[in-house]
Amino acid sequence: MAEEAKEQIVAPLVTRVPIKTKEELDTLLADRQGRGYYKELDAFPVDTEALKKTLEATFKSRLKTWLKICAHCGMCADACHFYIANDNDPEQVPSYKIQSTLGELVKKKGNVDNAFMQYCMDTAWGKCTCCNRCGMYCPHGIDMGAMMSYLRGLCFSQGFVPYELKIGSGMHWVYKAQMDVTVQDFVETCEWMAEEYEDDWPGLNIPVDKENADILYTINAREPKHYPEDIAEAAILFHLTGENWTVPSEGWEETSLVMFAGDWAGCKMQVESVFEAMERLKPKRMVVTECGHAHRATVTEGPYWAGIKSGDTPVPTQHYVEWLLEVLENGKLKLDPSKKIKEPVTLQDPCNYVRNAGLAEVTRKIMPYIAEDFREMAQNREQNFCCSGGGGMNALGRYREQRNIGLRVKRDQILATGAKFVVSACHNCWDALRDLEEEYKIGMKWSFLKPIILKMVIVPDHLKPKAE
Amino acid sequence: MYEFVRGPLALISFAIFFIGIIVRVVWYVKGLDWRLDRVAYLEKADYGIRGALKSIFHWILPLNHTTANHPIFMGATYLFHICLLTAPLLLVAHVMLIEESWGISWPTIPDTIADYMTLAVIAAGGFLFARRLVLPYVKILTTGSDFLVLFIALAPFITGFIAYHQLMGYKFWLIVHILCGEIMLIAIPFTKLSHFVLFFCSRAQIGMDYGIKRGGQKGRGVAW
Ligand code: HEM
Ligand code: HEM
Ligand code: SF4
Ligand code: SF4
Ligand code: SF4
Repeated sequence: MAEEAKEQIVAPLVTRVPIKTKEELDTLLADRQGRGYYKELDAFPVDTEALKKTLEATFKSRLKTWLKICAHCGMCADACHFYIANDNDPEQVPSYKIQSTLGELVKKKGNVDNAFMQYCMDTAWGKCTCCNRCGMYCPHGIDMGAMMSYLRGLCFSQGFVPYELKIGSGMHWVYKAQMDVTVQDFVETCEWMAEEYEDDWPGLNIPVDKENADILYTINAREPKHYPEDIAEAAILFHLTGENWTVPSEGWEETSLVMFAGDWAGCKMQVESVFEAMERLKPKRMVVTECGHAHRATVTEGPYWAGIKSGDTPVPTQHYVEWLLEVLENGKLKLDPSKKIKEPVTLQDPCNYVRNAGLAEVTRKIMPYIAEDFREMAQNREQNFCCSGGGGMNALGRYREQRNIGLRVKRDQILATGAKFVVSACHNCWDALRDLEEEYKIGMKWSFLKPIILKMVIVPDHLKPKAE
Repeated sequence: MYEFVRGPLALISFAIFFIGIIVRVVWYVKGLDWRLDRVAYLEKADYGIRGALKSIFHWILPLNHTTANHPIFMGATYLFHICLLTAPLLLVAHVMLIEESWGISWPTIPDTIADYMTLAVIAAGGFLFARRLVLPYVKILTTGSDFLVLFIALAPFITGFIAYHQLMGYKFWLIVHILCGEIMLIAIPFTKLSHFVLFFCSRAQIGMDYGIKRGGQKGRGVAW
């Protein structure tokens, strides 16, 4: 035994390729908080040749021009929540964050050292949530969020990626989901939820792999893993509206830690698993759960990763809020107006489906159905600030402090509305708001839409549980 | 000397300028890649063109949030650019020289107006220069080449002003002015002054991005 332990070769934790086996993933997971990982990273060499080649192949017109013509005017500075939250620290000016990383990298043609790559990593993940807000305010239309995302890809290809996202990417490769939820786990969770709620909702059913349904519903792995009630709530609402819907046993994961990690091959693999489900089950449309980056990854960016020229998903896709507005407007779902929330309510616009997918008015049209006193944040719709948890930042231990500082902008936005109830139809924003409350204790509540709606629904007689 | 800068050198600089900006635009367009950029430029050209035009329109005119948030800077830069583009183009002396050489001409503005515009460019340029030294969030972005480029842009105006008012040796300053003008023309394709054309490319691209992918098809997509 002792002999064996000595002989055991310690697998490297840091690699330039994604993790693709369960064994490697478990080794990495065993390295608590990534202590060993970051230690190994300190000594990890940069493959400058490969970096140079990647730059030559992918650093083209759009990015090149942005870097070249940036007027260094500073109009992007106060567009960034990190700049504001850090008391106008010049090092948080978006253009500086790119100039000092990607700009140098290009200037030196990839000939950089470990310390520089770590600086790039700490900037790309620790000072930016890729929310794309700054790009809206730049006179030249330079989208620093998109550049940061490109930089993340370069960092990932060199092995310089935060611990949790190396794991996240590995999860996708091993489980085709951001967490270790297998097909069996998922299907069992659906069955369990249907049984659990069947007494209250007779006939409740979560159809798996039903072909030609009207709606294919896809989700975030956190739901089966940590919040199975979310799946039950979705099922109840589909049940109440009489939708012909289904979930796929494979290809149900909408989210994409591979996108946050800059693992582009992983992005393609992940989104193709969802598109395969569409092709297999031939639904009329797909509806994705209340998540922002999931929509971004699968609906907005996904088709391009999968090589679909039109940029459209194989079947039309909607965010959950679009479906919800539809059934509220066409009367399939009726809410009891007397149950509207009485206290002031505000709304967190998630960058990923508002600024980056144009759904600003959809959630706003839902608000009058559920709130008596709806109050806008000062910066709203496309102009809203990121919650500060985006781009994967919520999950990163190494940048916890920076994330918490960033939360102050959102805190102040919320406080200024006078509302203590925040509606958040995005998993990431929801998490950030939870941490905001934990960190700053402003006494607020926050919620997804599904539980709010469920408290207000008028249940048609034929769907009510039969009295004993 | 005058004959040389006024004749062959002027021709060369105009040629470099025109060919240079055309090459810039051609390279830009050729380097767009629907897969790398993740924008269906061709497949969704209708949404793309709409987005591109909106994007340019909202920034050629001060119809954007940045102008509302930073009225002083944006005011200065609009003034700087409007005067910088119109004064030399409509200046009597310039139009006359062009008519002499190539036999084409167009309407002009009175010299007094051109003179005020020249002063406006110099004043606005001074402001742009000063904020680079003073504001921390601009200072950190500023490199030597920003000052150089600003200087290249301002030099024809300063020297033109000196020559026009015959403040010092006219002939000498006229030659210096012409040289500065030629340096600026040559610098445009090679420095960040290439934004003269690339501004339109960049704004069109981000406009297409929003118009096609990020909300344009949902009836939004103008986020500025
Ligand atoms: C390239 C060849 C150029 C030639 C041959 C040229 C020639 C001249 C001449 C002859 C004058 C009139 C001086 C007088 O009234 O006696 C002048 C004035 C002026 N030039 Fe140019 N110029 C050239 C390029 C430029 C450029 C590129 C700019 C700016 C972008 C420029 C801006 C001005 C201005 C603003 C004035 C008028 C100054 C005032 O009225 O206060 N010039 N130029
Ligand atoms: C239609 C043509 C042009 C457009 C639309 C345009 C637009 C812009 C924009 C959007 C900026 C960045 C931020 C700002 O300062 O507003 C800028 C900066 C600048 N432009 Fe232009 N530009 C044009 C032509 C020119 C030309 C011909 C020159 C001079 C040769 C010039 C000189 C500059 C300079 C020096 C800056 C930097 C200002 C600073 O130091 O802060 N521009 N331009
Ligand atoms: S606003 Fe645009 S041009 Fe100005 S510094 Fe920022 S990125 Fe550069
Ligand atoms: S966090 Fe958002 S605003 Fe700040 S640099 Fe990144 S993309 Fe720009
Ligand atoms: S977490 Fe929410 S607010 Fe933050 S970047 Fe993502 S969608 Fe935007």
